[in-house]
Amino acid sequence: MRPLVSKVGVHAVLGAYTLLAVFPILLVVMNSFKTRNAIFGSPLSPPNAETFSLIGYHKVLGNAHVGTYFANSMIVTLGSMFFVLLFGAMAAWALTEYKFKGSNWLALYLSIGIMVPIRLGSVAIVTMMREAGLNDTLTALVLVYIAQGLPMAIFILSEFIEQIPRDLRDAARCDGVPETRIFFEVIAPLLRPAIATVAVFTIVPIWNDLWFPLILTSSESTHTITLGVQQFLGQYITDWNSVLAALSLAILPVVVIYVLFSRQLISGLTAGAVK
Amino acid sequence: MAAMPSQVVASMPRARFAWLLLFFLGPSVAIYSLISIYPLVATMALSTYSSTSTGEHFFVGFANFETLLTDAVWSKPFWNAAYNNLKFFLVHMLVQNPVGIALAGLLSLPRLPLRVIYRTLIFLPTMLSVVIVGFAWNLILSPLWGVAEGALKLVGLGSWFAPWLGRPSTALLTLALISVWQFVGIPLMLIYAALLNIPDELVDAARVDGLGQLRIFLYIKLPLILPTIGLISILTFVGNFNAFDLIYSVKGALAGPNFASDILGTFFYRTYFGNQLQVGDPSMGATVATVMFFVILAGVCVYLFLIQRRMHRYTF
Repeated sequence: MRPLVSKVGVHAVLGAYTLLAVFPILLVVMNSFKTRNAIFGSPLSPPNAETFSLIGYHKVLGNAHVGTYFANSMIVTLGSMFFVLLFGAMAAWALTEYKFKGSNWLALYLSIGIMVPIRLGSVAIVTMMREAGLNDTLTALVLVYIAQGLPMAIFILSEFIEQIPRDLRDAARCDGVPETRIFFEVIAPLLRPAIATVAVFTIVPIWNDLWFPLILTSSESTHTITLGVQQFLGQYITDWNSVLAALSLAILPVVVIYVLFSRQLISGLTAGAVK
Repeated sequence: MAAMPSQVVASMPRARFAWLLLFFLGPSVAIYSLISIYPLVATMALSTYSSTSTGEHFFVGFANFETLLTDAVWSKPFWNAAYNNLKFFLVHMLVQNPVGIALAGLLSLPRLPLRVIYRTLIFLPTMLSVVIVGFAWNLILSPLWGVAEGALKLVGLGSWFAPWLGRPSTALLTLALISVWQFVGIPLMLIYAALLNIPDELVDAARVDGLGQLRIFLYIKLPLILPTIGLISILTFVGNFNAFDLIYSVKGALAGPNFASDILGTFFYRTYFGNQLQVGDPSMGATVATVMFFVILAGVCVYLFLIQRRMHRYTF
């Protein structure tokens, strides 16, 4: 009898917390498909034939900038991701594979950025970007995000590289394959599983970041989706249909991608714990 | 046999080895130094300067810090923000991390059905932007919409409802709990991974000795995951003393009502960029950022030298 009671208890707790985690998201998405009256009249009921409405979506998608914001976020996130992975993997390889004077110090230097947030240098970053003529450009954002993502990526990728059997690279070396080719043709393809882990720790924060777009971009043509949504919401706060639709549009892509890749993302997060 | 390949690298001409290192490490070190480390140092340097309205810079030593910490115009909002930030952090330590640890303990129970579904859904809010989460909760807690009030009425607690986000006495706590709701996934996942790493033999031995799951968790597993608890504590500390997005999204740069939800991040933003009440001041902004740097550095040092040194290294 006792094991049954405790089993029910475990599921009650986990179920209740899961509901708490999902309910607010569900509530926003559900109400975004309803008329204004239904949003206020019966917020907890799902839309039906009578209350269904897409007016919020029409208003949000009618906003000329939404496409630009989205494209900017894609460019910035994918651009930073490419360089974080490329440069991060190269640095991680050199730090784990080659022993040279000061390699430990260099590794320590590169790991400062894991704990000390790059945001604290914002005052100088803004000045620097202005002087370099990169103020209000996507390039500035990509550069900042590469610098922000590298320390964690190098840390994670180093652990992955250490797990690759030594025989692989040594066999190639005996055949006289140059070091650069060993890295790009033997090691780099093996790092694919690490991408999910790097994504959770460095790419997701880039997509979601508000701070740097806020301080580095000023015109609407360079806003990212996170900043665009933030400003849109601030402007239309009284237009509940639009606000709920904008929130849902920002939530849905992330939820879809997350659900599709959740297994890889979570196994990436719990890397090393595979039994 | 094993010595041969490493000799390939070791016997490489020095110049070629240097080129190799430059090729692999150059891009990372260059970008990181230029855009992460240099601005940090430059910001600290700027905090020892002051500028006139005509744009002239002059060295003032630690005068900016003295102003920030002692001049009432600056020190009052600064200490308010610092104190609020501490409260913000304590709420995370007392709610987010224990809840995360407890949920991870439940999730790692052997032969738990629905594990994947629970895990996936509980981690979902962590993936969303703070901006989205802030606005969503802003709507849900709004007395205009009345969803929160309605939900409380359903469970018979309707009278508990109040416009929590709008009241000076509860705004900060409410925002902290919203942040807890979003980020509980981080300690959950790290602890969950650490729990899975515990060797089966240890748990089996305890079970043979007649210990129940709760006791196994408290007496066997919890001591073994202490290093991970140390890690999530420092991650929480750094994240909280650097937080900005949530407060800014929900409350704006003025962190109302009447600065009740002001933390160091929003105080820094106002100081540097200015707002309706004051003009932006790069030198004072740099000073605030430098103070934040030392607060975070102090936390990291406590972690590295006091907490982590006593524990063997444990990968997360």
